[in-house]
Amino acid sequence: MIAELGHVALVLAFGVAIVQMVVPFVGAQKGWSGWMAMSVPAASLQFLLIAASFAALTYSFVTSDFSVRLVTLNSHSAKPMLYKVSGVWGNHEGSMLLWVLIVALFGAMASWFGGGLPPRLKALALSVQAAIGVAFIAFILFTSNPFLRLAQPPFDGQDLNPLLQDPGLAFHPPFLYLGYVGLSMAFSFAVAALIEGRVDAAWARWVRPWTLAAWVFLTIGIALGSWWAYYELGWGGFWFWDPVENASFMPWLFAAALLHSAIVVEKREALKSWTILLAILAFGFSLIGTFLVRSGVITSVHAFANDPERGVFILMILGVFTGGALTLYAFRASAMEAKGVFGMVSRESALVFNNILLAVSSIVVFVGTIWPLVAEMLFDRKLSVGAPFFEAAFTPFMVVLAIVLPFGALMPWKRARIGRLLRPLIPALVLAVLVALLVWTLQTQRTILGPVGFLLGAWLVGGAAVDLWSRLGRGPLAGRLGRAWRLPRADWGRVTAHAGLGIVFMGVSGLMAWEVEDIRVAQSAQSYEVADLTITMNEVRREQGPNYVTTVADIAVRQDDRLIAVLQPEKRVYPVQAMPTTEAAIHNGFWRDIYVVIGDPQDNGGYAVRTFIKPFANWIWAGSLIMALGGLLSLSDRRYRVAAGASRRARPVGGVPAE
Amino acid sequence: MKRLILALILAASPAFAVNPDEVLDDPALESRARDISAGLRCVVCQGENIDESNAAIARDLRLLVRERLVAGDTDAQVVDFVVERYGEYVLMKPTTGGANILLWGAGPALFLLAAIGAVVYLRRRATSTGPEGLSEAEKARLDELLGK
Repeated sequence: MIAELGHVALVLAFGVAIVQMVVPFVGAQKGWSGWMAMSVPAASLQFLLIAASFAALTYSFVTSDFSVRLVTLNSHSAKPMLYKVSGVWGNHEGSMLLWVLIVALFGAMASWFGGGLPPRLKALALSVQAAIGVAFIAFILFTSNPFLRLAQPPFDGQDLNPLLQDPGLAFHPPFLYLGYVGLSMAFSFAVAALIEGRVDAAWARWVRPWTLAAWVFLTIGIALGSWWAYYELGWGGFWFWDPVENASFMPWLFAAALLHSAIVVEKREALKSWTILLAILAFGFSLIGTFLVRSGVITSVHAFANDPERGVFILMILGVFTGGALTLYAFRASAMEAKGVFGMVSRESALVFNNILLAVSSIVVFVGTIWPLVAEMLFDRKLSVGAPFFEAAFTPFMVVLAIVLPFGALMPWKRARIGRLLRPLIPALVLAVLVALLVWTLQTQRTILGPVGFLLGAWLVGGAAVDLWSRLGRGPLAGRLGRAWRLPRADWGRVTAHAGLGIVFMGVSGLMAWEVEDIRVAQSAQSYEVADLTITMNEVRREQGPNYVTTVADIAVRQDDRLIAVLQPEKRVYPVQAMPTTEAAIHNGFWRDIYVVIGDPQDNGGYAVRTFIKPFANWIWAGSLIMALGGLLSLSDRRYRVAAGASRRARPVGGVPAE
Repeated sequence: MKRLILALILAASPAFAVNPDEVLDDPALESRARDISAGLRCVVCQGENIDESNAAIARDLRLLVRERLVAGDTDAQVVDFVVERYGEYVLMKPTTGGANILLWGAGPALFLLAAIGAVVYLRRRATSTGPEGLSEAEKARLDELLGK
């Protein structure tokens, strides 16, 4: 009964979304304010209906209603509650429902907080947002209905894939979807602006928070996925350049470009048509990502629900929205006249360069991802494009980005002089060189990767510190600290995010350059040395988990006869899916992780054990979170709260813009 | 869904990729073997190299690579030996030959184009004398938004 109600709610939401797509659009064309205002209640109603539908599906999972086909396929009565809930989106149908829920949520939020928007722009943007909703709800209803019943329900379900039964992966998809779909809001505003033929500072001020939020969610989602791969897949890789990872990375790069170029539109009224194009491409690449993951065109480690029929449907959605928007862009972009005048060396130019690097590197990732397909269709060559290609073709752009970033962040608008920029950056440069030299002398392997990565990372962090310092004016320290407190949050956000990027640079290069690995057969109670550690496997025992059986080893790690940690790596078998997983045991440290995996018992006794020392591993995710934090700080800048019109009634004073 | 399960079973079947019994005694040879393995794709897996893969065929290939190295082949000879049998599909890093020049050239070419485009645009911006700042209507609108 509950599942049927969910189905009905989704059908009703489909109807409401069609109304929300058509009525405000007609209203905006004819200038009928009543029709335009329809968008607000329609957006709320559409969201409530989809939320009800999602709640119904969640209820079916939580109560283990195995008469629902999807629950049978992806759940089991013995599964812990967390994974019963995350099982809702751990499959194709349910994750699409989550996708449309978020589309509707963003639309509803734009309608709730959009009091200050020009009515026509708001009506058009909500209409485009509803069109995206219509397309994806149709996709669910016609090709991927999650509410199908089974005529003969089984006694128990087939369980969720054990690899997905993990806290990191439970929250990875919702964050990614919030990111992907968040970019739909920027897309809707871009298309609305194209229809209106008008882009101004107020428009950019509206688009930027949505882009920023989407980027923050994508950052967290990608970091969670990478962290999960690190501890779950058993060899501690954090990024594989897998098509599905690339599918989330391309929109992330475009979103980063978009949120930088939107600053130029907001502050200087230049780069308007480019910003519109980026908004279209950012969401376009989100759709391409969806297509790649779900169509089975490109096989990948974690591609799911591969189905040609669904692939064609998503390809149509992709074609209609991206193609339609780009056609509209071709006709209307010339109407976006730029105003600001600026010199060759200026903050504007620096941001243009930032955009080139981010956009081109994203397209390199795209070309690499689809190249096997192109080569097979056009040139009849079956080939692979793997991590070594991306490391060679993508990394140079990031190196250049890191070199120029601190200069760009310090440049004034309109016109700058390189010489004047260089002086304040000298401390950062000295710091970076010292760090690189220190690293060079300390390291045992003579690889250049580590020192270069730390040079760039320290340069970014030092550059961010200089950036912050330069905003604090002159005078005694107390005065500067006071000003630091009052500095706009957007400044804090920029500095934090740039420093976070530097930390990611150091983490990635440190881990790749200095990883130590040891593979051996370990016998009970015998010790062996890995780098400066003494490792002893004490006891191996079998235990029973809630829905798995496991082999656990107690492995003691000592340094200079001092016990650092007792690690308990596991090898689990999930009987329902007859599938083994490795659970690495990791001793997290600031400088390095100690990472132990246990393998099969050997014929002559003992167990295969793999031990890794992973320097700076945590810096990768810490840096990513710091970047996300920077985005959040920037998002909390009061000019967005003012622009949202929310504080106008609540706090009548304090309308002075932050910059 | 079946393919997903299959893929994940391949990705995470028992134990782990390189097993202790495969490791060569000579650390220099072993390290070369690891480097070569990282560049060869496991033919039944989805995008994994043979060094990371747990599949049986990946293990066979790892052993083959080590056999060739022990027999005295150079790194390039080992890779050629495998490519001859399995095709260029096994190369994680595609060659630059033939149409692949498009793949490798896409990034640099695009960057060059974009850079030229940007310089042309910036020069025009630097010399154009468009109206500065907001129009009156826009100013009024901004003031309204800012609650002045």
